[in-house]
Amino acid sequence: MSILNIENVHTYYGNIHALKGININIEKGEIVTLIGGNGAGKTTTLRTISGLLKPRDGSVSLNGEDILKYQAHEIVYKGISMVPEGRGVFARLTVLENLEMGAFSRNSKEEVTRNMDRVFTLFPRLKERRTQVAGTLSGGEQQMLATGRGLMSNPTILLMDEPSMGLAPVLVELIFDTIQQINKEGTTIMLVEQNALMALTIADRGYVLQTGEIILSDTAENLKKNPTVQKAYLGME
Amino acid sequence: MMIKKENLIWIAIKTGLLSGVIAIFLCLIGMVEVFSKRDVIEHIITLGDFILLVSAVSAGVIAARAASNPDQEKQPLKNYLAGALAGLTTGILIVAFIGLSQTINLRSVFLSASPSLFKLLTFKGGTSWFWIYPAIGLASGVLGTTLFLLPEKFRQPITRAISITFLMALFSGLFRVIMINRAGSTAKLAKYLFGQTGLTLSGAIIFFIAIIVISMFWSARSKNLQEGFSRIPKRGQTSIRVAVYVLLAYVVIMLPQVSGPFIAQVVVIVSLYALMGLGLNITLGFAGLLDLGFVAFFAVGAYTVGLLTSYGIFGLQHIPFWVAVPIAVLVAMMFGAFLGLPVLGVRGDYLAIATLGFGEIVRLLAGSDFLAPFFGGPQGIIGIQKPCLGTLGEFLKVDVPRICNGIEFGGPKEIYYLAVASAILVAFIALRLQKSRLGRAWMAIREDEDVAEALGINLIQTKLLAYMLGAAFAGLGGAIFTVLVGSIFATSMQLIVSINVVALIIVGGMGSIPGVIVGAIALIGMPELLREVSEYRFLFYGAALIMMMLAKPEGLWPSQATLRELHHEDPGEDLEVASSQAKA
Repeated sequence: MSILNIENVHTYYGNIHALKGININIEKGEIVTLIGGNGAGKTTTLRTISGLLKPRDGSVSLNGEDILKYQAHEIVYKGISMVPEGRGVFARLTVLENLEMGAFSRNSKEEVTRNMDRVFTLFPRLKERRTQVAGTLSGGEQQMLATGRGLMSNPTILLMDEPSMGLAPVLVELIFDTIQQINKEGTTIMLVEQNALMALTIADRGYVLQTGEIILSDTAENLKKNPTVQKAYLGME
Repeated sequence: MMIKKENLIWIAIKTGLLSGVIAIFLCLIGMVEVFSKRDVIEHIITLGDFILLVSAVSAGVIAARAASNPDQEKQPLKNYLAGALAGLTTGILIVAFIGLSQTINLRSVFLSASPSLFKLLTFKGGTSWFWIYPAIGLASGVLGTTLFLLPEKFRQPITRAISITFLMALFSGLFRVIMINRAGSTAKLAKYLFGQTGLTLSGAIIFFIAIIVISMFWSARSKNLQEGFSRIPKRGQTSIRVAVYVLLAYVVIMLPQVSGPFIAQVVVIVSLYALMGLGLNITLGFAGLLDLGFVAFFAVGAYTVGLLTSYGIFGLQHIPFWVAVPIAVLVAMMFGAFLGLPVLGVRGDYLAIATLGFGEIVRLLAGSDFLAPFFGGPQGIIGIQKPCLGTLGEFLKVDVPRICNGIEFGGPKEIYYLAVASAILVAFIALRLQKSRLGRAWMAIREDEDVAEALGINLIQTKLLAYMLGAAFAGLGGAIFTVLVGSIFATSMQLIVSINVVALIIVGGMGSIPGVIVGAIALIGMPELLREVSEYRFLFYGAALIMMMLAKPEGLWPSQATLRELHHEDPGEDLEVASSQAKA
């Protein structure tokens, strides 16, 4: 059963037509990746799903319920959580405070403690640094923190925007391992990436976005073998 | 090596020139002349002399610091050379300035370059000034260098003693009044320590030595004391704390009784600014929304109380103050929402301009002829009832004008209690708010609006609450201001009030509640107490703000978050947090 369903979505920035009728379908328990170059509309798609942008046309539904009628802050309560591009950690707050902020939509103390334990198990590094100010963490640690913060609301679906951005290859691998781990624990993941090879390696299915349109969609395996994808996004001839 | 030496001389001369220019500037704006009417040490050093001396001594310190190279071993001679040269240059520059003033008439450009200034600077005529300034400059430079070279252990107590003695001298009038009011031996002591203005010589020496002794004793023992305190059992600690609070409360309660109405009035004004500061601290410090028209809410609170309680022609009702205040706070909150709604989507600089406009609109409307039938226009609202604490029957009586048979909050000495109690109450509310869920939401919005929204924070609601609660505190301040003055005029709601509030928050430490109080005392209380300074209040504000930004950007009493941001030990590879603006 599909939990997230995006149908014929058109999103604009003023007069700029950024998403030209895209359709995306995500099944429960999947990792779905959205790949594409700069300006293809990847982040716009995520911002549309999380309610930060309102599409002019089309529908976005979660578990069959139309979520376009909700404000961005209400959508979190529905079970969608976003790890923003460029991490967006609260630089002046400590790691612990950042995580607590992530649980803003959760009122039960036990649930927050449980989620916090989960995050610390996934990222032991964050536990070590829990009293440190987020701004002084390294890039990789900030990415872990942003991901952990996204998990604090215990989402059914986690939207991740470019988690590999600006990270050393070793760290990218670590982050992607963790994404798989999070997925195994039952969270559906939508992953937006420029690093198409890494994304297609861990994903079940993928969509290729180009100037606001989905030009390809297939299983990750097939996309990896697709000549167009290989040429444009995997740097192979 | 040769090049190095030249550099050193040049740096020393440059420092000297700079401090000389500052000294001349202080003369030309009339500050030296005004300040020379006030003694720091009676008949010996005036405040005017003092500021000139400070400029020369600091030239010495700065030049001596520039001369020392941490990589090399200490060469005190080099430091002394630089310090002395800098001080000398300062002196020579002042001499040149006096010489210049005797050949051409500076007064056609600088109004304050009056004959009396030069009479003062040349020691009532004669030529002794020609060598005295360089000599004093040289001595100051050497003194500055000595201060710099002293080990920390001695330097700290000495600088502390100088500054505290100086403060005692500045506020000597205050202490003198308090002590003389209590007749007997205290009065005799006061006359021994304090002169007409400033300290007596013996007073200055006593204070100086006492502070050095206390300071050295403290730095040697403070650790032991702290350890000793932590070794006392929990219950003992609590009772010590309670005792300190009781003592503080006693001082706060007794202050207006011993100090007289002037001090009480100063404290009231500080409390009113603290109220506004606490309000703006919510919008600006917590939620990060700059509001440059904050005086508008103060005006709304003031006018509401005025209209509801005045027995003049504009009074709509004659209800007691105690009923009018909650209404005023509510109306101010409504105005907060009223301002907040249109500017919800406006950020940063644009928000500052929009709120600036709002503040001016409120002031202009209140003072306009157009609304004069309601708000009195330029004539303002007069005849505002003083608050009265009486029996319930008294409370319900509506005769006009009301005669108070209970305790009337008539003058500053009584309103003092009202203002201080309100400020404490509001500070407590602000403290609770800061730690609440709402406080955390404000913090998230201040850090990153988009991320905050994505985490489930309702931006509209949270921002509006910040505006409304901030406005409520300022409205309360306005309500108390009204009964203090007994009248309202639109002209007292100037833009400068808003700017003062922003400045006191910055000086105190943005987002910090104790910081607001400290900022209000420093920026509002001090100039009120020092009559001579109040003429140059804005010069001091400007200087204080620049100094704060350079030396202590986190403020006098910073909040935890600011402190961490500015003084973290190890900034990671990528500090910058890329904005989550859409790039796709």
